[in-house]
Amino acid sequence: MDFPIFHLDFIGNRMLIAITAIVHVIINHPMAVGAIPMATLLEWIAHRKKWSALDDLAYKITFVFFVITTSLGAMTGVGIWFTTALVNPDAIGSLIRVFFWAWFSEWVVFFLEVVFIMIYFLTWKPWSGEKKRLHLGVGLFLSIFSWLTMAVITGILGFMMNTGKWVPFSYEWVPESSMFTAFFNPLYLPQLIFRTAVAFLGAGLFFLFLIPFFKKLTAEVRGRAVRPISLWVLAWLPVAIAGAIFYWQRIPVYMQANAPVALATQDFTRWYQTILWFLLGMAAIVPLAALWGVVKPKRLPAAALVIPFIAVATLLGTFERLREFVRKPWVIQGYLYANGLRAQDYPLFKEEGVLSRATWVRHHQVTEENKLEAGGELFMLTCSRCHTVGGVNSVRTRFQKLFPVQKWDEEQLAAYISTMHNIRIFMPPFPGSDAELKALSAWLAANQHYAMRAEGGQTALLPSAPVLK
Amino acid sequence: MNPQPLPHDLPLQLPLPEGLVKHLLVLLFLIHILFVNFMLGGQSLAVILEIIGLRRKKYDRLAYEISSTVTVSKSLAVVLGVAPLLAINVAYTTYFYSSTVLIGFAWLMIIIMASAAFLLTYLHKYTWESWGGSQRALHLTVGAAAMVLFLAVAMVFITNINLMVLPAYWPRVAGFLSAVLLPSALLRYFHFILATLAISALFAAGWFGRKGYDLARLPDFTRTEVIALFLRIAFIVTLLQFVIGPSLLLSLPVHGHSLAVWLLLLTGATIAGVMAWIIYRELGRAPAVLGRSYLVMLTLLTFTALFMAYGRHYYRERAVNPHRQAMMAKTEAFMWDAKAAQTRARMGMTREVYKSSGEKEFKANCAACHAENTTIVGPPLTEVRGLYAGNPQNLIAWARAPQVKRGGAPMPSFNHLPEKVLQEIATWILEGK
Repeated sequence: MDFPIFHLDFIGNRMLIAITAIVHVIINHPMAVGAIPMATLLEWIAHRKKWSALDDLAYKITFVFFVITTSLGAMTGVGIWFTTALVNPDAIGSLIRVFFWAWFSEWVVFFLEVVFIMIYFLTWKPWSGEKKRLHLGVGLFLSIFSWLTMAVITGILGFMMNTGKWVPFSYEWVPESSMFTAFFNPLYLPQLIFRTAVAFLGAGLFFLFLIPFFKKLTAEVRGRAVRPISLWVLAWLPVAIAGAIFYWQRIPVYMQANAPVALATQDFTRWYQTILWFLLGMAAIVPLAALWGVVKPKRLPAAALVIPFIAVATLLGTFERLREFVRKPWVIQGYLYANGLRAQDYPLFKEEGVLSRATWVRHHQVTEENKLEAGGELFMLTCSRCHTVGGVNSVRTRFQKLFPVQKWDEEQLAAYISTMHNIRIFMPPFPGSDAELKALSAWLAANQHYAMRAEGGQTALLPSAPVLK
Repeated sequence: MNPQPLPHDLPLQLPLPEGLVKHLLVLLFLIHILFVNFMLGGQSLAVILEIIGLRRKKYDRLAYEISSTVTVSKSLAVVLGVAPLLAINVAYTTYFYSSTVLIGFAWLMIIIMASAAFLLTYLHKYTWESWGGSQRALHLTVGAAAMVLFLAVAMVFITNINLMVLPAYWPRVAGFLSAVLLPSALLRYFHFILATLAISALFAAGWFGRKGYDLARLPDFTRTEVIALFLRIAFIVTLLQFVIGPSLLLSLPVHGHSLAVWLLLLTGATIAGVMAWIIYRELGRAPAVLGRSYLVMLTLLTFTALFMAYGRHYYRERAVNPHRQAMMAKTEAFMWDAKAAQTRARMGMTREVYKSSGEKEFKANCAACHAENTTIVGPPLTEVRGLYAGNPQNLIAWARAPQVKRGGAPMPSFNHLPEKVLQEIATWILEGK
């Protein structure tokens, strides 16, 4: 309501954040957190057995990870801030105000991690021979340190999901004491276990995936690398499964507490069933490939490694999606809805409307003449953070499913919208006045046969008022 | 002055005192920008020296040596950028987010451009030896592409930081280019690029001129020669800055000017002038003592940077202050009205009156899809009565586990509602009470 609205009507705004965040997680969990202990382990084996070719291979793979994490990994990490700032400034702005110190300390830890990773990688070759043990020490230290970074971040993610449970929001300042309890919330431990195991296991799979690209390796060196990595993957697999089950068990409690579970919801449960089986099937390939790697390390075919690799990537992506889904209809529970509006302001909006106080709109009051235009502005203000007009998760397809044949009618749509949040509990209630509800419904009804234009502030000239002269 | 859009601020207290977060912003940003300078300036110097090196081999080695620092600088630049990003989000929430959205696409492109530039700097560094001969042009292109991408990223950031303090211009912005053309954006950009070159050249003079540096890595260079080369670059660029700097100061929209801003900026410029003079004197010295005043130069540079950073900060403060005060007043009024509306809502002043709790629950849970006589999403109540009259239990069973009967959208399950509520709803539907 207070910021110009960024809008992507094709892929949708949520997709933008999702892509950035998932790419980041898929890169950084295995390649930054999991890869360090994996590399150190191989380096240690090579040192003990005096297998210099194995040391060299571990170095080269670490190099690939180093390049990717310090470019794509780092920028997608920053990209999460960038995309959320564009899509929902109210949400990210509020979260930063409340959790500034948590994120500030995360930054300190993260900064140190980057420095240590550079030291570890850049001293690998110079610190050979006499100094090898020192380098192994750095590797061990960094392994623990980067895991701690993840442990801290998981805590921050955890309490962001459930702020309302622990942080009594008000216009006044949030008491400090709640930070600690928020951090170690009931979702914390299962999340950490799951993430740790998947990061470690994923690192192993990334290593296995890359090995075939080194064409000059002899079968012997390949075998020496593949066997310990496969064992490593097999060792972490049960932990990953245990973590996932633990997490699965904890989640419904929150969904029940947030809102009626059965509803949580048709879309969700159906999706959950099919995808879950698909994922389990894919995940089952991981131990098979790893077992093969242990028994016949020299013969593990390159093709066998692609699927587990994709499986882990999909698993992580799904996990993040699920984690995000659980928080709906809130961004900050009990305080801020996904549409970027505060729950406390709803009574005022109900009385006078959202438009009346909004900054970047042309119409502040709905009239008969401006009804359609005002409806479009209401769509941008109250729906466009999650919905598009003609793209992903579009309002048109939603209503086409609900009203496939009949003519879309303002009254009908208004009746639906005014109570939809009771039935589709992931939807925030419509915030505006009755006149606004009708304007929005009229505009939506006008979308039955073709999509109306919905353009964001990044391309369009935006009207703005009230103004300071 | 032009009309300015006037939003509300976020009604949450700052996590730390306002003054503190602003000082944190200024200082942490300086550290971040230092490494950005090394990254962008280093990459530019490496590319220029590599071109010179096509004819004179020894410059190629120098270019390589610079290039191998760039990948480290860039990692530090990114990670050190997060803290000032947090601080600016807190200190200038509405300004920063508003301008960011207005140049949204360019802002997104930063992620892609910077990632690509980083990958290219690695490629540039690690193919230096292997891409010789006929592949040299390709190698040079890779380096130049990284440089251009860095330059483009800098332009987006500077446009944003410029747009941020100009709320009066926000309504005129449609797309990134229109924001680039606003007053002072381009001059800010040139000012920054020159500063970047001066700072990284000065840094290079110290880096290669230090005692610990192994000169064998730069065949055919003497220590004096390297120091003199970079000091000369720093000197010339700093002189140019005395053209761009004053132009920038004069081009800044007037609403941010104040005596304090001018004093800070002019003091910074004076110190920079003294530094330039010392560099000039140093360049005329005998080779044996060249570089002796290096620490003095660095100290002066640090002070220049501090004065300039604070000058810029107070310009920003002055530029947004009247707007911010109006915004705070508006936010307070809004909060007051919102609280009053909450109270009214709580006291039930707008509550509707229902005949029974069955009617109320029906309105809340079912009315979105079912009406008395017409089909909305689901069938009208007249039809429901026909099916279930005198048989509320079957109606409830259906509501708990609906099936798809007519095609179209399936009815969701209402199994989450307590039995009592379902009964009330069924009674309301079937008996109207």
